[in-house]
Amino acid sequence: MKPFRYVRAYSVEEATTAHAGRANSRYLGGGTNLVDLMKLGVERPERLIDVSRLPLDAVEELPDGSVRAGATVRNSDLAAHPLVRERYPVLSRALLAGASGQLRNVATTGGNLLQRTRCPYFQDLGKPCNKREPGTGCGARDGVHRDHAVLGHSRLCIATHPSDMAVALAALDARVELQGVRGRRTLPVTEFHRLPGDRPDVDTEIEPGELITGVLLPAATAGLPSAYRKARDRASYAFALASVAVVLDIEDSVVRQARIAFGGLAHRPWRARHAERALQGGAPSDEAFRQAVDAELSAAEPLRDNSFKVRLARNLACDVLRRLAGPASAS
Amino acid sequence: MPDTASAVGAPAGRREGPQKVAGAARYAAEHTPEGCAYAWPVPATVARGTVASVDTTAALEVSGVIEVLTHLNAPRLEEPDDATLAVLQDARVPHRGWYVALVVADTLEAAREGAAAVRVTYDSEPHDVTLKADHPDAHVPEDEDGTSGEHTRGDAEDAFAAAPARVDVSYRVPPLHNHPMEPHAATAHWQDGRLTAHDSSQGATTVRDVLAGLFALPEEQVTVVSEHVGGGFGSKGTPRPHVVLAAMAARMTERPVKLVLPRRHLPAVVGHRSPTLHRVRLGAKEDGTLTSVIHEVTAHTSRVKEFVETAAAATRVMYPSPHARTTHRVVPLDVPSPSWMRAPGEAPGMYALESAMDELAVNLGIDPIELRLRNDTRTEPDSSKPFSSRHLAECLREGARLFGWSERDPRPRSRSEGPVLVGSGVASATYPVVVAPSRASAHAYPDGSFVVRVNATDIGTGARTVLAQVAADALRVPLESVRTDIGSSDLPDAPLAGGSSGTASWGWAVHEACTRLASRLAGQQGQQLPPEGVGATADTEGTADADSDYARHAFGAHFAEVGVDTVSGEVRVRRLLGVYAAGRILNSRTARSQFIGAMTMGLGMALTEGSTMDAAFGDFTEADLAAYHVPAHADVPAIEAHWIDEDDPHLNPMGSKGIGEIGIVGTAAAIGNALHHATGRRLRELPLTPDRVLTGGL
Amino acid sequence: MGTDVFRSEVPLTVNGSPCRPTVDHRSTLLDVLREQMGLTGAKKGCDHGQCGACTVLVDGRRANSCLLLAVAHEGCDITTVEGLHADDGVELHPVQRAFLERDAFQCGYCTPGQICSAVGALAEAAAGNASHVTDPDADTGEPVELTREEIRERLSGNLCRCGAYPHIVEAVEDVTP
Repeated sequence: MKPFRYVRAYSVEEATTAHAGRANSRYLGGGTNLVDLMKLGVERPERLIDVSRLPLDAVEELPDGSVRAGATVRNSDLAAHPLVRERYPVLSRALLAGASGQLRNVATTGGNLLQRTRCPYFQDLGKPCNKREPGTGCGARDGVHRDHAVLGHSRLCIATHPSDMAVALAALDARVELQGVRGRRTLPVTEFHRLPGDRPDVDTEIEPGELITGVLLPAATAGLPSAYRKARDRASYAFALASVAVVLDIEDSVVRQARIAFGGLAHRPWRARHAERALQGGAPSDEAFRQAVDAELSAAEPLRDNSFKVRLARNLACDVLRRLAGPASAS
Repeated sequence: MPDTASAVGAPAGRREGPQKVAGAARYAAEHTPEGCAYAWPVPATVARGTVASVDTTAALEVSGVIEVLTHLNAPRLEEPDDATLAVLQDARVPHRGWYVALVVADTLEAAREGAAAVRVTYDSEPHDVTLKADHPDAHVPEDEDGTSGEHTRGDAEDAFAAAPARVDVSYRVPPLHNHPMEPHAATAHWQDGRLTAHDSSQGATTVRDVLAGLFALPEEQVTVVSEHVGGGFGSKGTPRPHVVLAAMAARMTERPVKLVLPRRHLPAVVGHRSPTLHRVRLGAKEDGTLTSVIHEVTAHTSRVKEFVETAAAATRVMYPSPHARTTHRVVPLDVPSPSWMRAPGEAPGMYALESAMDELAVNLGIDPIELRLRNDTRTEPDSSKPFSSRHLAECLREGARLFGWSERDPRPRSRSEGPVLVGSGVASATYPVVVAPSRASAHAYPDGSFVVRVNATDIGTGARTVLAQVAADALRVPLESVRTDIGSSDLPDAPLAGGSSGTASWGWAVHEACTRLASRLAGQQGQQLPPEGVGATADTEGTADADSDYARHAFGAHFAEVGVDTVSGEVRVRRLLGVYAAGRILNSRTARSQFIGAMTMGLGMALTEGSTMDAAFGDFTEADLAAYHVPAHADVPAIEAHWIDEDDPHLNPMGSKGIGEIGIVGTAAAIGNALHHATGRRLRELPLTPDRVLTGGL
Repeated sequence: MGTDVFRSEVPLTVNGSPCRPTVDHRSTLLDVLREQMGLTGAKKGCDHGQCGACTVLVDGRRANSCLLLAVAHEGCDITTVEGLHADDGVELHPVQRAFLERDAFQCGYCTPGQICSAVGALAEAAAGNASHVTDPDADTGEPVELTREEIRERLSGNLCRCGAYPHIVEAVEDVTP
């Protein structure tokens, strides 16, 4: 870890001004991933702008019925907030499925979205990685890649995004609120994270110096039945082999809208649009769920050692859909 | 009169417990002498080759960096017996992760940054790190210890071919990592030519001897302290590079130096359990009586030294058959050096044998407990020696009763709860009685107190406590009046805490010293003791290590109930039960904790732990605790440990067998057998993770 | 190099006592506690937030001190295992006592982290925070009853290689209201 200057910002403007889009500046939230990466040498900032004390620590209802969660709200507080528990249970459940109690107490909403892949080749400076060091190659593609992507990967990168929270946000049609020196903007979470393509070094659409100020949870998905399910190698404190977040809107035995997002399968939370379209307007049934999810996963391109993820993701999604549909889903 | 001669067996509380829960117990890196510097090692990034150049310029420019040790400037060491300790002595890189430099700095932060700034280039050579059973370099190792080679009885192949019932199966156990919670660490300090090292070690006497040898010092000039040790599980059983590096750095910089190995380095430099490839053939009569047993094991070793994971050894102990062959083969590869990990040999070996026994039971339609009972014996199959005691059958029967085995429907896939298939399994366990010579002293003081001194190590077993119990009974005094001094090489020499031999070895010497002291005190009846007290010593060389006419082993039985989620492929243990026959249990409280702890590690071996050798890069991909999954709280259900008291006069004065390792032996097989019972599918490769279960187990 | 731009004085309260260590910005709270302040109760097991041995309480909430930059914690109230004690300020904290009574450790290296984590987890459950194993439909924000399953899940951020888990769970159960 190289020596760095430390600046504590008390306002968003102070923070973005201090950062000024410099390549060697980083915002520090909870630090649970950034400090980890700095110790590994993957991140080597010369200036840290501590944004953890910005006045962005509220979860509040907005006049249009949506809910805004500030960027510095800690994961445990977001999971426990009544507005989240009651209106967006899938978000609460996804958060609680991730990391550990200690880490959730520290990790922030903004930082969680910006956490980087846990690909072991990315974390090891002694190995090639196109994400960490463009042009060096991908050690994982022909290496140890059981945990890697089956959807949307590229020749250059097969990493997955590790967040649980982001998967729920993707299914909820949440938006990311960003503030840069040039102004504010929002982006759907589903468009915030990128697929690797030929620029795997770029994880998200965030501009240099832009700061996540919050996450907007839309009124449209508030209160809908939702659930999160995650499969992992140990019963707790492990990243997902695969996970699924589902928000299901059924009325009069007809699927008005299904929102399905997968975790652990791709470089970003994978919104299952094909499956959603297949289900929309139809009757919920085990068969319909299976067909819809299979249609989505037919695009999967598993690697040598991770084809199990396709079956796992299908099982998880069908199981959650079935449970959410309840008696409405006939087998 | 106090209730004497009753300390042994009692559930005495750990003597260092109050310090440990208060955070006051100090471990190796928690001694910071005045002026202490910090070291950070630099691992090689090629799998095989030589260091072509080391550029330390940038590292030395890092603020706070004092020195960079490389093979070019590091102090020369005498040649060690264990070649893994010849650190920074030449340019050779025998495996990825081998240390090629060490940065010493005023602070931890500077040392880490300095290490990142060292530029090393290599002349790399083609490497081979892939273990295959048919590898051309696979060979039967020289059998110096009588264990690691091949043993045969009769004609196992012909007998197998002729057997009416046959099982011919292959299993694979992946590389496994010890990962004690305390990473390997040392603080070294030279003063007036004397070396003092606080080391995280399972045996400070050996570390003292080895350091003295490496630095060409008389043993009296070296003190190694291992007062509290945060686990070892074999990986701290031999001196490790960190203590040598710390001593070298301290000598070179003339400052005390502290070195804590980064967690990610451990898989490459502190040993690991070699992967093992097993082929097991069991031939039996229709009634299940074994007629032929063939267990062939292939393991890897490094090019630095030969270590053999003796996974076929337990097969020589377990079940009689007129014909048998047990063979170890080892393949030298460009991999980190494997070494001891809890029950080396027995843990993977009994996974294979006990899984195969279950397969035989299923094939024959015989209850798996009954099959084992039908193959019980009073003599050790391999040596024909009588067992000093063997209560395997009692363990199986008692376990069956406690577990409710009779209620089990033997049909696979006969029980489910929603999408979860439930099954149960059983496996036997065994571990040899190992004992080594030790010295000890005992002193009585005028105030009525007693002090026992022995360089035992408490790696979590409760050595201080159990040795005080042994001493109190030998002296016939109350437990509270005895203090135990352990954990320093300035105390009487003692063997390591390993091989489930510590308590027996140290306890034997303590018992002897205390018995002598007691008789000396009896001869002084009524007289006031001198202020310096009265003492006695003991050395069990020649007695503790004498050959026995008996085969001495502990036995046990493991029972597991698992739930297999057919949606996710996740396997969770719901119940785990172990029953052991391990001689006399000296402290029921700490013994229970050890049994449960080892079963937990066996649970990890079965379900969560696995490491992958990266063929392209030559290292273990799962290098940290996020990727290498030791079981977490949520993985571990209620675990019960029980035992059958044995009265075995052929062991040691306490009548004890070792208990630290048997708990892991057989646990993985019981869980794998339970998975088969739950699903009807047999998985023959560990760990039983969702990927394997979904693709082959449902 | 080594100039003040890379170091700061950081006012903290540690185990009830105010202090102002000057820290390298790179220093984690764990390293400041252990190497600068001599408080070695919090352990370094992995240095990457993967084991929980370094768990301390920051403003009453449990956290992995190995991932906290000390400089970012100006004004925080830090409690380490050395600062836990019963209400009388002398005796061991009830969680510490329960660990002793249940033989809830062997090597002791994860123990301070387990204990601090348990103290934090008890407070979280009392505050009504659900866990992964809490029935979603029962997630009301009312105090959560700490069943064994709840304790296991909530303490899963603290690895114990000696396998003391069953006894740790019993110890925490003993102090559960």
